[in-house]
Amino acid sequence: MSVTQESQATAESVVDELDWPATRLRVQNLSTAFRVDGAVRQVVSGVSFDLLPGQCVAIVGESGSGKSVTARSIVGLAGRNSIIEADVLEIHHEDVRTFTPRQWRRIRGRDLGFVLQDALVSLDPLRPVGTEIAEALRLHGWGDRAARKQRVLDLLERVGVPFPALRARQRPDQLSGGLRQRALIASAIALDPDIVIADEPTTALDVTVQSQVLAQLERMKARGASVILISHDLSVVARLADHILVMRGGEVLEQGSIASVLGAPQHEYTKALIAAVPSEATRGTPLSPSSAPFPEVRQRDAAASATQDAAPDVPVIEATGLVKRFHTADGTVTRAVDGVSFTLAAGETLGIVGESGSGKSTTARLALGLESLDGGDVRLLGHAWSGLSERKRRSLRPRISVVYQDPLSSFDPRWNVERILLDALRGERFADATARKARVVELLGQVGLSPDVLGRFPLRLSGGQRQRVAIARALAPRPAVIVLDEAVSALDVTIQAQILDLLVALQRESGVAYLFISHDLGVISHLSDRVLVMKDGVVVEEGKPDDIFLRPQHPYTRDLIAAIPEFDPASFAGHQNHSAPAAQEGA
Amino acid sequence: MTALGSPSVGSGTRPSRAGAAAASLARRPWGLYVAVAFALLLAVAAFAPQALTVHAPTAIDYGAALKPPSFAHWFGTDESGRDLYTRVVWGARESLLIGLGAAAVGVITALILGSIAALGPKPAAVVVDRFVEVMFAFPALLLALLLIAIAGPSAATEIFAVGLGTAPGYARMIRGQILGAKNSGYVEAATALGHSRWRIIRAHILPNALRPLVAVFALSVGQSIVWASSLSFLGLGVAPPSSEWGALLDAGRAYITQAWWLVVVPGLVIVAVALAATTIGRHLQTRLEKGER
Repeated sequence: MSVTQESQATAESVVDELDWPATRLRVQNLSTAFRVDGAVRQVVSGVSFDLLPGQCVAIVGESGSGKSVTARSIVGLAGRNSIIEADVLEIHHEDVRTFTPRQWRRIRGRDLGFVLQDALVSLDPLRPVGTEIAEALRLHGWGDRAARKQRVLDLLERVGVPFPALRARQRPDQLSGGLRQRALIASAIALDPDIVIADEPTTALDVTVQSQVLAQLERMKARGASVILISHDLSVVARLADHILVMRGGEVLEQGSIASVLGAPQHEYTKALIAAVPSEATRGTPLSPSSAPFPEVRQRDAAASATQDAAPDVPVIEATGLVKRFHTADGTVTRAVDGVSFTLAAGETLGIVGESGSGKSTTARLALGLESLDGGDVRLLGHAWSGLSERKRRSLRPRISVVYQDPLSSFDPRWNVERILLDALRGERFADATARKARVVELLGQVGLSPDVLGRFPLRLSGGQRQRVAIARALAPRPAVIVLDEAVSALDVTIQAQILDLLVALQRESGVAYLFISHDLGVISHLSDRVLVMKDGVVVEEGKPDDIFLRPQHPYTRDLIAAIPEFDPASFAGHQNHSAPAAQEGA
Repeated sequence: MTALGSPSVGSGTRPSRAGAAAASLARRPWGLYVAVAFALLLAVAAFAPQALTVHAPTAIDYGAALKPPSFAHWFGTDESGRDLYTRVVWGARESLLIGLGAAAVGVITALILGSIAALGPKPAAVVVDRFVEVMFAFPALLLALLLIAIAGPSAATEIFAVGLGTAPGYARMIRGQILGAKNSGYVEAATALGHSRWRIIRAHILPNALRPLVAVFALSVGQSIVWASSLSFLGLGVAPPSSEWGALLDAGRAYITQAWWLVVVPGLVIVAVALAATTIGRHLQTRLEKGER
């Protein structure tokens, strides 16, 4: 919280000192529609806000809320089929509603910087990133070749890219996600635009990298740049924004200063959005208002008998000294997992948290027996597991299930929901087809889906529904443990809340154990009974979530926890009347 | 893509009903309709050529030798006064048989090679991979010559020569498709469910990998007919008096200065067939790709 207050203070003082011509961007009653096959579909309507120097306006919403379309409409990038209407749409007091593409090109880059979400597709894969950044400078006739080269290095340095001279010569695929994102920011701010639009700038990033990117945006803000931040992540928004618009279904539900919206939300949706953020404090309570209260925890022996396991004190998974080596393209050998040991008891949730490349997903795959071990041993319910051939493992396979981050790719595209679930029941004997079908419907009921979805294809389901089907499939063989590999990471926060609630309820009902892999410390601390923190293939810390999050011992864990943008809506409560200077309500 | 649930608003610039009808007519795949109609016509020619012709394909009439196209002889006549239109129609069966046969040989060979390369045990996969590479490097025409030198010119030889010539390219494609399916999330999910390898191959890998095969086959038919005709033209295929289109071309070559139609008409027919097959193939391909998304 302190960071937010500081940045806010800095931004305001800059405004006062320099007395810039007030509004950089004025939007009043903006609406965007798209022409699709002759029909016109309204996607955004009635968006109004002003953007002042050194201020950050955040547009918050879930996928499909129209937040990205809003940002693109403002900079004339909504596309050929779009119909944009507004009472006022001014950039630097220039009416841009009638701008020609040529006029747009003049101000883009120079006055407007655009940071897109997916750096890999936004950067030219065949060009070194340095050339890409220099291109923006060249197009606007900035300096000569040598000056541009120097400028690129300065920019890369400024956005926190180590070894800028080396990185400038590399192509996007040779850079990590964080570096790519920073390169993209460098190209967006190459000409020092005073309006920067960042569309989900940190969504694909690790928490420590996210922290650096946010710090960079904060510095730009402090220098007087105005930022429009598009995000689904309230904790990111809370760190950077002064003014916030909450959007859903193309409409602004609520807007105002960050303190008033987060501290005293008026709209039910905003409240749900805030409540849906998982954390240490929310453990054991439902995150979603639509979730039923959790059932009582079953007795451990009952849970054990429910999963048909004779000895309840035998760990579900016992992993000792796991090692997995990978050969990289240049011939070196990296240890993706290096001596990881853990045990998972029946009905327990073990969270493995770490950043990308920490080896957490490989560990999950080793536990699942989907990857061969280079050392160590995994035992499943006391039986030999990792040492067996796949053929011998098959009889134990029903005891361990998996749910992936991207459920869509884990379903055969030719199969509908019914076929997917029937396929998962193959190991089980049924009296007849009716009994089998009844079991499928029962599974759907367990994950909160109606039998209507049986005939539908995963492609036609929403992200949340897909993940529910994936969970139903994982439950089908009545497993003792489900491995959840980033299972909620791709979901919108309110959907994520529902799925997390579902997971908790299912565990209490059936006594299934979870091996929960995530990069999201909030989710991990919400769900886990015990936590492993991984870095570079090694477990650096292990313990109860309380100990890990409140009393971290390892320096890396401390960094990780410090990097989480703190999100505590209660801290805003005292500031309800303190509204940011530019927080004017839209018409 | 995502449904936003917002109502669509009326637009002032909605085109008139007649305009909309015209626009929807213009959007129709007319090329495809023509191609399908032509394919149906070819089918009739192949199965019942007498339904489309009045003359016999070998009826000689020296009095009407080398006549240009006219109402009596739509495509003109050849050096023996045989009606070229009749000969083209009667040649359809053999030409199409060779085209379809060669495409089938090509695709089936490719299927076997591609499957072994993608799913077989490592040594077999490596051997097949190298073999396909060698086939690539080997000029297809030389391969055809070799086969014909061994087995003598005939329709069957032609089918195998053309089929084996086109196989390596398709083998590569099929191998890629199978590997893509094999490394997919749904195959891993099926493994995690404990399904057997054979079941996964049968239920997931092959059906998904082979979806584009229909389109590939249609495209291959067009290509094979052109190839087969080239071989016949070189005198390496079916010999006269057969009226296979390549053979017609070959026979007409001697009279090219006096009777252009003897070369041009069969040539155009071959082009039209290849075009129709390709159009249908492309359409199937886009339909399948759309279905995947």
